[in-house]
Amino acid sequence: MKPVILGAALALALLAGPVAAQQAGGAPEVQAPVPEVGAGRGGVGAGQVPATTEPQRPTGQPAAPQPAVAPRPAAPIIAPAPLGDRGQPDAAELELQAALRGERIAGRISIPDPKAANLIQPEGRDWRAFHNRTLAWIGGIAVLGMLGILALFYLIRGRIRPEEGMSGVTIPRFTLLERANHWMVASCFIILGLSGLNLTFGRHLLLPLIGPEGFTAVSMAGKIAHNYLAFPFTLGLVVMLLLWVRDNIPNRLDLDWLRAGGGFIGRGHPKSGRFNAGQKLVFWITVLGGALVAASGYVLIFPFTVVDIAGQQSAHMIHGVLAVLMVAAMLAHIYIGSLGMVGAFDAMGSGQVDVNWAREHHALWVEQELARTRQAAAPGGARAAGAD
Amino acid sequence: MARMKFLCDSDRCIECNACVTACKNEHEVPWGINRRRVVTINDGKPGERSISMACMHCTDAPCAAVCPVSCFYTTADAIVLHDKDLCIGCGYCFYACPFGAPQYPRVGNFGGRGKMDKCTYCAGGPQQDNSPAEYIQYGANRIAEGKLPLCAEMCSTKALLAGDGEMIAAIYKERVQRRGYGSGAWGWRTAYRETVPA
Ligand code: HEM
Ligand code: SF4
Ligand code: SF4
Repeated sequence: MKPVILGAALALALLAGPVAAQQAGGAPEVQAPVPEVGAGRGGVGAGQVPATTEPQRPTGQPAAPQPAVAPRPAAPIIAPAPLGDRGQPDAAELELQAALRGERIAGRISIPDPKAANLIQPEGRDWRAFHNRTLAWIGGIAVLGMLGILALFYLIRGRIRPEEGMSGVTIPRFTLLERANHWMVASCFIILGLSGLNLTFGRHLLLPLIGPEGFTAVSMAGKIAHNYLAFPFTLGLVVMLLLWVRDNIPNRLDLDWLRAGGGFIGRGHPKSGRFNAGQKLVFWITVLGGALVAASGYVLIFPFTVVDIAGQQSAHMIHGVLAVLMVAAMLAHIYIGSLGMVGAFDAMGSGQVDVNWAREHHALWVEQELARTRQAAAPGGARAAGAD
Repeated sequence: MARMKFLCDSDRCIECNACVTACKNEHEVPWGINRRRVVTINDGKPGERSISMACMHCTDAPCAAVCPVSCFYTTADAIVLHDKDLCIGCGYCFYACPFGAPQYPRVGNFGGRGKMDKCTYCAGGPQQDNSPAEYIQYGANRIAEGKLPLCAEMCSTKALLAGDGEMIAAIYKERVQRRGYGSGAWGWRTAYRETVPA
């Protein structure tokens, strides 16, 4: 600070000189060190200034012969290391230590971009291993494994049908709002999942088929879709939570249901309320998994707003692993809801389910519903309203 | 063919940022992007060092390995380049790069960060050599003109060396022998999995 103030004061004084001189109309206060008039006194037309003050007299002798090559010292002259550097490990050693400890080598930078102050971040290597190996394996095994299990299940068990056949009588299961929200979340999820998996596997699966230009077009569209659909997906999760959390609190019946192998693997039909333990599991995987996937995704959409590079790498790992596991879980959900079980799709399609189907899978819920409709249909002392 | 590398002799670097300026000017690099930067570690403490860093043009480059659209390629001189027409601005190369080389014209990642930009070793990109299209996307192509990267040529203390890896390592080794000390070749272990004996 001191030199700055001094400098400013000096500048002011210099400026004030001529100004004061003008105002006073007298001689300038600051005199030139050399008189500006007279011959040879400096200023314009003062003649050539000699390059040196040394008198240039010829010696009359030829210059001494110069060696063709400058003499070299017999041994290199070793300078001591600068004081501060003695005993310091060198770059390779520091890098190795940083890599082993998983630390970054960072410093100070003069450009206004603080993230550029990272010199070396060895974690990049771990992230690469995660993305190219770990995630690819987890994703491949989860998705292909689930498809394999479902195919096997279909071959062994076939489509599950109501044991007593369809009754032809239906009862309402999901309202329009519930169905619309379900399909909003589901369609977003499918596109989010496909565009995400494209980033993990597309390079190996799709790129060779459609070529680099086509693949970039697909991936760019996928990336934009992934970013925009994140918002309706998250909104849908919140609505889903509000609509269904009441019926998804785990209870004692769920244990019985699980012990009996559910309505899917086992043969019996343990009683359950509006949602059985399997459906509750799907609900919580969607809501909790979805929340984590969404949170880690938003961190990535807005880089450096919440976390630094290490945080983004971790967020990405959480996002990738949870996403592929959710895709696998949802494959099973989609299978049961469509091909796997006759009558199940109607619940989310028309919203009406067959009473026989409902009795087998959600006995308690049917009883409750029937009790409620009976009450609503025939309240004590009610008269049927005529068209009068 | 040569195996091109960068080596920053941090015992010589005086953090004058001539390399940074040379690069920005030569390639007309836009605002907010610095293909090369100078980082000072242990600033003001014993062992303070300044290191000029850009893309190291790694062996088995991490950026190329993770790019979801596989838009990187390696030239015969082992220079790691990428195709901006294919890049989708996902940011993956930035997560994987040990040196923070990839940069983006946009700060957010919503809808992509824009086409990734990084040091090209003054070797342009996949477009026709030294065409206007190449210049706009990647900057000058000095390699095609038989010249080495401008940052190293402009280095006021010749701390930053660019050229064939064996040659610049030999120059560095000779310097270390003559002056009796050297803090090593920054980034070489990470980028090339080798070290230059200091
Ligand atoms: C809900 C909010 C979500 C947000 C904000 C979000 C955001 C992101 C972001 C920013 C990326 C990094 C790549 C890029 O920049 O495009 C990404 C990757 C990915 N996302 Fe999402 N995502 C969301 C939901 C989902 C869902 C529901 C799934 C799965 C069904 C999913 C699956 C994936 C996958 C598989 C990747 C690629 C991982 C990789 O290969 O590295 N995402 N997501
Ligand atoms: S320094 Fe970074 S951008 Fe350059 S080749 Fe290595 S990983 Fe890729
Ligand atoms: S930002 Fe571009 S170059 Fe980098 S990994 Fe993504 S698509 Fe590849």
